[in-house]
Amino acid sequence: MNAVLSPFVQSMHAAAQAARLPGSGIGWLDQARAEALRAFLGRGLPDTRNELWKYTALRTLERRAFAPADPDAATRTLDIDALAPGTRGAARIVFVNGAFRADLSRLDGLPGGVTLAPLSRELAERPEPLRFLLGSRQRDDDAFAWLNLALASDGVILRVAPGVRADPPVHVIHAGADAGGEIAWHARSLIEVGEGARLDLVEHHVGGGAQGHFADLVCEVMLHPRAGLDWTVLQHAAGAMTLLRRSDAQLHDDARLTLHALELGGRLARHEIRATLAGDRARFHGRGAFVLRDRQHGDTELLVEHRGRDTVSDAMWRGVADGRARGVFHGSITVAQGADGADANLSNKNLLLSRSAEIDTRPVLEIHADEVKAAHGATVGQLDENVLFYLRSRGIPEAAARRMLVRAFCAEALAGIEPRLRERCDALLAAVLPGEVLP
Amino acid sequence: MLKIDNLHVRVAGREILKGLSLAVQPGEMHAVMGPNGAGKSTLGHVLAGRPGYEVTQGTVEFDGRNLLEMAPEQRAAAGVFLAFQYPVEIPGVNNTYFLRTALNAQRKARGGDELDSMQFLKLVREKLKVMQLSPDLLNRAVNEGFSGGEKKRNEIFQMAVLEPRLAILDETDSGLDIDALRQVAEGVNALRAPDRAFVVITHYQRLLDYIVPDRVHVLADGRIVESGDAGLAQQLEAHGYAWVRERQPAEAGA
Repeated sequence: MNAVLSPFVQSMHAAAQAARLPGSGIGWLDQARAEALRAFLGRGLPDTRNELWKYTALRTLERRAFAPADPDAATRTLDIDALAPGTRGAARIVFVNGAFRADLSRLDGLPGGVTLAPLSRELAERPEPLRFLLGSRQRDDDAFAWLNLALASDGVILRVAPGVRADPPVHVIHAGADAGGEIAWHARSLIEVGEGARLDLVEHHVGGGAQGHFADLVCEVMLHPRAGLDWTVLQHAAGAMTLLRRSDAQLHDDARLTLHALELGGRLARHEIRATLAGDRARFHGRGAFVLRDRQHGDTELLVEHRGRDTVSDAMWRGVADGRARGVFHGSITVAQGADGADANLSNKNLLLSRSAEIDTRPVLEIHADEVKAAHGATVGQLDENVLFYLRSRGIPEAAARRMLVRAFCAEALAGIEPRLRERCDALLAAVLPGEVLP
Repeated sequence: MLKIDNLHVRVAGREILKGLSLAVQPGEMHAVMGPNGAGKSTLGHVLAGRPGYEVTQGTVEFDGRNLLEMAPEQRAAAGVFLAFQYPVEIPGVNNTYFLRTALNAQRKARGGDELDSMQFLKLVREKLKVMQLSPDLLNRAVNEGFSGGEKKRNEIFQMAVLEPRLAILDETDSGLDIDALRQVAEGVNALRAPDRAFVVITHYQRLLDYIVPDRVHVLADGRIVESGDAGLAQQLEAHGYAWVRERQPAEAGA
């Protein structure tokens, strides 16, 4: 353990000692949380020597301390219908500053075989099935995942029974709101889609307020054989928040994951996406765009691992940075030994809108199998002046022309989203891009 | 309408136009012909306001206004249109959306009403009749995956929708087969109007068989070296540009 704990680590340590987390008193859980805390304290925050944090320095975060939770989270007034339009009346589960809000959620009305519940309730009612989610089985070195395990007080438990088709979509909404001070929360979620089942999931990260809260979210996704998940992530929590998310998906035989992510930054917004194609013929289709501005820092880590035979991954990410923003994209494809017949594709294109903006992109390809098709590419560039002139020569003012081109640039990554959600994406994009809005 | 006087233009440090003068009146069709490298495309681009074209001397007036001081979008709103020799592809931008945005931006800049999507569609249908363009091209991204001929016809279609006062066609005929050439020419002829002028920049005379110009100018080494009526184009076709060079430079301008 470090001789002197940083303010950040100290505040987390204090939170762990003071916390009365749901499920405390359950032997295996107390033990797992204590182990996780020790693991976190022993590691401290990752530094830039860590490959996954190479371009995201945490020195500033390390000097900050956060209050353990928002005592008024259960009563804060938030217009969720405005923050996540189209979710009113739909199945949705809402968390405000990390706390489950029954009054804003709608957990009933789901097809038979679909369960949607907050982790806190599940821990109170039937903790045993959560043993594998919260037990000490974590193998890797991720300090924030350990911290999350030690302190997660709530999250989403969403299960679809084998063979069930769960449409229309289920919405998961994480909202931030101004509180008495800067607070931290930790959410741990499980999405499990049974054999041959299908789920449409939309994850919203909204609000954020003006305060620099810290949120650490871990989501595990389990796709059983022939399961299909359409997963859309709309992250516009922005504001002054530090938002660290990790999504781990395990795909078994013939499972399919289609992910679309629109990430609109924050003071520090990081999304680590891990897709493990464990089963034969598992398929991952990923599309994403991030748009950063001002002094935002955004980091997307996409780690795809092919383990089964004849697996397919196809990922396309677009990045845009304006102002003094800093973007990071790390796309890594690993084809493990024995994962013969893998077909992997990864492309990442980035656009810098100002001289002070920066995007670092690192595509990494590691192949240990035979008969593998793999392609990857990454570029960083500016708007094409010829195209810009063409638009202006037709009467479109420069700012509007730039805006149009940036939207088009991102639209290519978002084209596959269901039309109504795509409209929402377009509106979110329009709200963050500079320049006049044309009809 | 358009008055170019002693225009000198540098591109990337090299002087391309060296004292070009040209006057165009409403309703007129002018052809500017000349060998490769004479500065024909530079003329089109400098009139449309392409960045990187440095005017070192001379003036350009459009309807009494100093055209050179205006941004490209202001020139478009004032009624200047350039049909590009190489129309750019814009992935992700729908052709119809692009054109409606352009038209409405121009109307707004002129202080007029913007068209809603129903009004715009009606206009597009009318103009499609003029320019034989497959309607499904309208639903694709701007010029993306268009054939060379489709791109050129799309330029003329845009011109038909935007209804400019001065249309500059930069080698719109290059790379077209005879059918596409005829279609482009029909599109242009349909748009001829007493208050609209055309400057048709071309290397070959063949387009001028279909679009009969009022005036023909020969551009060589950055200047207009000879001007005449439609007959000049035929002489050029018969004798080649060398024939012009051998003659004394004619009085510049028209």
